[in-house]
Amino acid sequence: MSKMIVLSPLKKFDVPVQADCINPDIFKGKTLEQIADLHLTEGNAQLTLCDLFKIEETEDGTSNITINGDVSKVKRIGQGMKSGEITINGDVGMHTGEKMAGGKIVINGNAVGWTGSQMRGGIIEVHGNAGDYVASPYRGSEVGMRGGAIIVDGDIGTDSACYMHGGVIKVKGNAGRFLGYHMANGTIYIEKGCAIRLAPCMTGGKIIVGGLLEDIMPSFTVDSVKGKVKVDAEITAQGPFYVFLGDLAQQGTGKLFISKPSNPQLGPVYDKYL
Amino acid sequence: MTEMLIKNGFVFDPINGINGEKMDIAIKDGKIVASVNEKTAQIVDASGLTVMPGAVDIHTHIAGGEVNTGRMIRPEDHVKDVERKTALTRSGVGYSIPSTFTTGYRYAKMGYTTVMNPSMAPLEAKHTHEELNDIPMLDKASYPLIGDWWFVLEYLSKDKIEECARHVAWMMSTTKGYAIKIVNPGGLESWGFGGNVHSIDDQVPNFCITPREIVRGLAKVNKLLNLPHSIHLHTNNLGLPGNYTTTLDTMKALEDIYTGDRPVGHITHLQFSSFAGDGWGNMKSAAEEISKYINNHNHMTFDMGQVIFSETTTMTADGPFEFTLYQLSGHKWVNSDIETETSGGIIPMHYKRTSAVNAVQWSIGLELALLIEDPWKIFMTTDHPNGGPFFAYPKIMAWLTSRKARMAMLKKCHKKAQARSLLPSIKRELSLYELAIVTRAGQAKALGLKDKGHLGVGADGDVAIYNINPETTDISQKYKTARAAFGSAAYTIKDGQIVVKDGEVVKTPSGKTMWLNVDTNEPCLIDEDMKRRFKDYWTIEYDNYPVFDHCIKVPSPITVKADV
Repeated sequence: MSKMIVLSPLKKFDVPVQADCINPDIFKGKTLEQIADLHLTEGNAQLTLCDLFKIEETEDGTSNITINGDVSKVKRIGQGMKSGEITINGDVGMHTGEKMAGGKIVINGNAVGWTGSQMRGGIIEVHGNAGDYVASPYRGSEVGMRGGAIIVDGDIGTDSACYMHGGVIKVKGNAGRFLGYHMANGTIYIEKGCAIRLAPCMTGGKIIVGGLLEDIMPSFTVDSVKGKVKVDAEITAQGPFYVFLGDLAQQGTGKLFISKPSNPQLGPVYDKYL
Repeated sequence: MTEMLIKNGFVFDPINGINGEKMDIAIKDGKIVASVNEKTAQIVDASGLTVMPGAVDIHTHIAGGEVNTGRMIRPEDHVKDVERKTALTRSGVGYSIPSTFTTGYRYAKMGYTTVMNPSMAPLEAKHTHEELNDIPMLDKASYPLIGDWWFVLEYLSKDKIEECARHVAWMMSTTKGYAIKIVNPGGLESWGFGGNVHSIDDQVPNFCITPREIVRGLAKVNKLLNLPHSIHLHTNNLGLPGNYTTTLDTMKALEDIYTGDRPVGHITHLQFSSFAGDGWGNMKSAAEEISKYINNHNHMTFDMGQVIFSETTTMTADGPFEFTLYQLSGHKWVNSDIETETSGGIIPMHYKRTSAVNAVQWSIGLELALLIEDPWKIFMTTDHPNGGPFFAYPKIMAWLTSRKARMAMLKKCHKKAQARSLLPSIKRELSLYELAIVTRAGQAKALGLKDKGHLGVGADGDVAIYNINPETTDISQKYKTARAAFGSAAYTIKDGQIVVKDGEVVKTPSGKTMWLNVDTNEPCLIDEDMKRRFKDYWTIEYDNYPVFDHCIKVPSPITVKADV
């Protein structure tokens, strides 16, 4: 980590920019002129990186690439990256870190959607809200996140972690509807509440909800109560938790850990089956 | 008056017995002629290049209801393969189910000029022809699915072959079709009731008929009508372990109809019908048994249905088989029952080298193509997109012509499949001449297309020129060179116009749609009862059912004189 490329937007973008060239693997070993010459599109215009961003190089970098400013219209930053680090000081656009296999992306702001879609490794930290479709695959595709970690300080939106096959998602806020749709493996930890339709068609993996769960799908069956659950090497969630198994409509063996103290409405319904 | 002269190429034209001779090919007004005026003609210098007739694909799903539904359910298939618009060509998406224009461009880039869309539900004939109209540069035709068509089943169960023949003739001109397509005979009608047939002597519910009677009856009908192509048959029990016995039974059932002149049946995607074993665990190749039979009998033709290791989409009218695939994979799927005519199913499929079953399937296709001695009997297809996308054809050509290429692939396959494969023991490598048979001449001959697949005087001016010099390049060693050359033709010439040059599209004329106008002695009986049934059972009125002449952009009807 010696050299750091600092990118600052030259204007406020109002049409989407496709910037999959902003990637440490691509920047590696290139001079500033070569980096300035990288190709991106704004709407239907074919441009180069220096048309939209001011590019500077500093020696004392904490990461390989730092972006200062609002890039919420800029899509596909860090797509497919395998190593290195990107720091974004501001809001970021869709598909950030899509299909990434390694490295780290730190977002000091909000993300719009599809963050870490289909990722296979690496870490994404979002210090704001992460938007919808976090870690979910492209529409129609059946393999979502397969590895790595996504850590969100705020909330995540709807349809997150669809078809998840591995990895960890930790959320300090709330989660939207349809979390973990068709999930097959991996771990999701939601510290606060979760909206309706949690984990439909789930076949494996585990989801931990520390706050209020608005509604549980009827195709899940209560199994037991557990005191604490291990999320990953660092965190253990403190319960007690109801353990639900499902989705029985898919002969699934997934587990939902739903906090007992935060969900008093579940007691009258499910306690008699324990 | 356009004239063209293709000079000094190494010509491979198996129908006329030309094997790599250096000669000139003259084209005038879209037809091949004996000579043209060299001073005024457009000269194409083919010195050091291989010249073949435009390639023909006997079985490829490129248009129609199934293909379109497949396109709809697979956005993730398109996202990884996007074609940009250019000054000449339209944008499109591809991979396993390309959009119509992309289909035409990609086929033409490989030197293909004629393709056959083998699965057209009569009810969806209009839709199919609309899509075929959009596919540029290729001549094409469709085979209506009539193996489970109610009226046919009724006529055949009452043994009324002549009435059935007149009815099929009416169907050909109504749907603007080209050949009789039979899919899992009887099984699709059973599937309407949640069942299937498991051998060729099972009863079809409500019709008092067996698959054997359907296939034999339609083969006789085909003979009475003198249709150019034989019946196009997708066997019962397709894709199930141990189904090779059914395939042999089907072939034996047709033996006595053969009179020694033309084949009476064409079994398509034979690979899927040649499984031995009694479960997926010990499923193995039955290529040896099947090819032994085929080498001793001449009444059928076949195509490979080769598997390509890639992600693809399977689509067939064989609904129960697609249900089997769904049970195996659990993918999203579509299954439909097309009123009284046929069924259909679509499911994504990923053929993996690391899967024993898939690797055995890959091996079966090649074993069949190499063990069947006569190249005029077995043709190269992938049953696009069921076995793999058609743009992988150059790979198959490399595997067929080079032992080195196929052994390199076999080494990457599942160990069990390597142990069970016959490929290591097969030394045969196809020559360019044989390759021209399996990709062009044989297919055109089996289809009964008199002006396709050869370069004799009077043939259509469809020529493919590849960047291979047979004198200096040994394709069995340099298979990668051959693969690249077959993947992007130096020239593709369609009706005497250059449409592809150096693998780039330079012109996009419309291709013709061929269909049969069967001339019977008596017209087909369309009585009040039949019209009433259309009212009762179909969602389309009888008067709106036929494909009208204006539905076809460039019609090319072929008149056939029937014997009934």
